[in-house]
Amino acid sequence: MALLDALLAAGQQILSPVTAAFALAAIGLNIHFGYTGLINFGQAGFVAVGAYGFALSVVWLELPIWLAILIAFAAAAVFAILLGIPTLRLRGDYLAIVTIAAAEIIRYTVNSSLFDDVTGGAQGITNNESQGSDYSSWLNQFNPLGEGRIELGPWVFTGTALWWSIVTWVIVGIVTLLVWLLMRSPWGLTLRGVREDPDAMASLGKFDSGIKLQALILGGVIGAMAGILYVLPSAVSPIDYNSRMTFNLFTIVILGGAATILGPIVGSIVFWTVLVLSEAMITWLVDIGILANFADAPQLRFALVGLALALLIVFRPQGILGNKKEMSFARS
Amino acid sequence: MPAVKHASDPILVAEGVQRHFGGVAAVDVELLEVPRGQITALIGPNGAGKTTLFNCLTGFDSANAGKWSFDGEPMQNVDRHRVARRGMVRTFQLTRVLGRLTVMENMLLGARQSGEKFSRSLFKPLWKADYDEATERAWGLLKRFKLDTKADDHAASLSGGQRKLLEMARALMTQPKLLMLDEPMAGVNPALVQSLLSHITDLRDEGLSILFVEHDMHVVKEISDWVVVMAEGRVVAEGESGPTLANPAVIDAYLGAHHDVDLRAIIREREAGRA
Ligand SMILES: Nc1ncnc2c1ncn2[C@@H]1O[C@H](COP(=O)(O)OP(=O)(O)OP(=O)(O)O)[C@@H](O)[C@H]1O
Ligand SMILES: [Mg+2]
Repeated sequence: MALLDALLAAGQQILSPVTAAFALAAIGLNIHFGYTGLINFGQAGFVAVGAYGFALSVVWLELPIWLAILIAFAAAAVFAILLGIPTLRLRGDYLAIVTIAAAEIIRYTVNSSLFDDVTGGAQGITNNESQGSDYSSWLNQFNPLGEGRIELGPWVFTGTALWWSIVTWVIVGIVTLLVWLLMRSPWGLTLRGVREDPDAMASLGKFDSGIKLQALILGGVIGAMAGILYVLPSAVSPIDYNSRMTFNLFTIVILGGAATILGPIVGSIVFWTVLVLSEAMITWLVDIGILANFADAPQLRFALVGLALALLIVFRPQGILGNKKEMSFARS
Repeated sequence: MPAVKHASDPILVAEGVQRHFGGVAAVDVELLEVPRGQITALIGPNGAGKTTLFNCLTGFDSANAGKWSFDGEPMQNVDRHRVARRGMVRTFQLTRVLGRLTVMENMLLGARQSGEKFSRSLFKPLWKADYDEATERAWGLLKRFKLDTKADDHAASLSGGQRKLLEMARALMTQPKLLMLDEPMAGVNPALVQSLLSHITDLRDEGLSILFVEHDMHVVKEISDWVVVMAEGRVVAEGESGPTLANPAVIDAYLGAHHDVDLRAIIREREAGRA
């Protein structure tokens, strides 16, 4: 039964570390866009900085894991400062332009054959003990589940895969808790104040650009954390960090409900299940001959996701968890 | 012969403040003094430069020339948020409420709380005391401004007059030394204007200095101790409220049919007097 398989696959996708990593990157973007009103079109760049910063520190510099993680975070913070200082005093559009350009520069740089020796160019960084390039076996040492087959209801996992899922989702849970603590505090209120009107905030003695920079750094570091989670169970591949990743993250934030604590998690889960389901549906339509088979049929699912986003914005602009009343006050 | 009248013990002194837009001198003020602990009205026709002067003095616009000091300290190169922290707090002619925050949240942002520091924000015990104190102060002000029933509403849902009130109350949350109000009574209903006026005089009696822009002459007459008249970017008259408002040239400037002509005459006269 193709349809049942598709539903099962969609269910399993919920637990996947990719879903968790996207939820985490979206939590970072939500701090930028949802809470502070910063239009960061380069969140994929922060994710890439985290992924490469971590993997390169381990594989190339052969540093201890904890230091590699710190380096990834610090690199994201520096990236945020470099992007933020020249733009945050200006209108929002400037940050948007600079972040999209910077993210592309990062992707071109790591993708370029010029730095093949370090970054692996378009091949990226392999994560395989037998090839001597590995940055995640340390985490497998702590795996209590073993490597064998584990059945959870109708779903079958390898012990390793389930361990990755648990680790990544626990991290998402901890970060969500921290973000909740931050957002209910007076500091969190200053972010939302800046989103509404930086000038009014300045008239009350708040350093609006400084608040924006703090938000940019925090969301960027969380994006870098997502980058680490994203590459831990797989390899580092430069093509992943294109603008489509940022676009998908915006979809997730808006889908779940901007400026809500759980929105990015709900958004990521819904986004990835819909993606898996629509892929299965397209394959099925091809199988039964309704849809002609063409080479990039699976890509059609992204068109469907785009359509879903457009419909969402028309019919439920506040997203799944957002506050409708608040949305009705949104300024043009 | 109208000559410059000095305020005794001014809290704000501005000299030679100029702001040009293209060839137009929106502000060209030789001397402005705002007396301490009094209510000063800044009046003048539309386009006189009152709002632009506010913007320059508070760091929201950069003056092309001039220097000014607040409470004895130079302020001309101070960042706008630091101007506010030092106690010079302004409101806006076109209100700037934080629309998708509640009225209470707007008020709380007026206070300076320890929990606004990132490093203290994670643990509520570190900021709760400040927060409770600010909340209590906010309730007091909201009651005085008849906004307490609106505390949990989004500020975007307030009427124009209510927004004016919220902005003024929010500015008071900062505990300013000099409160600079740009047309605070515009759009506020007469009954509430009366109660606000007595509130403002109360604030003065508690030691606050107030500078406000106002077009309604009844309001100006009723509460101001000192009046500064601007026209075409310049200060054309200042002094104790009573005599200044009785000055026929000032009355003409405001009400006269040929006020442009009359103002130029006053400006020439003052310049002659100074030379
Ligand atoms: N950003 C700007 N660019 C160009 N001209 C400006 C700008 N801001 C103000 N002006 C001009 O400066 C002059 C003074 O304007 P300002 O807003 O200070 O007047 P005002 O005294 O506050 O008037 P009103 O009583 O109508 O509020 C006006 O002629 C206005 O057109
Ligand atoms: Mg004005």
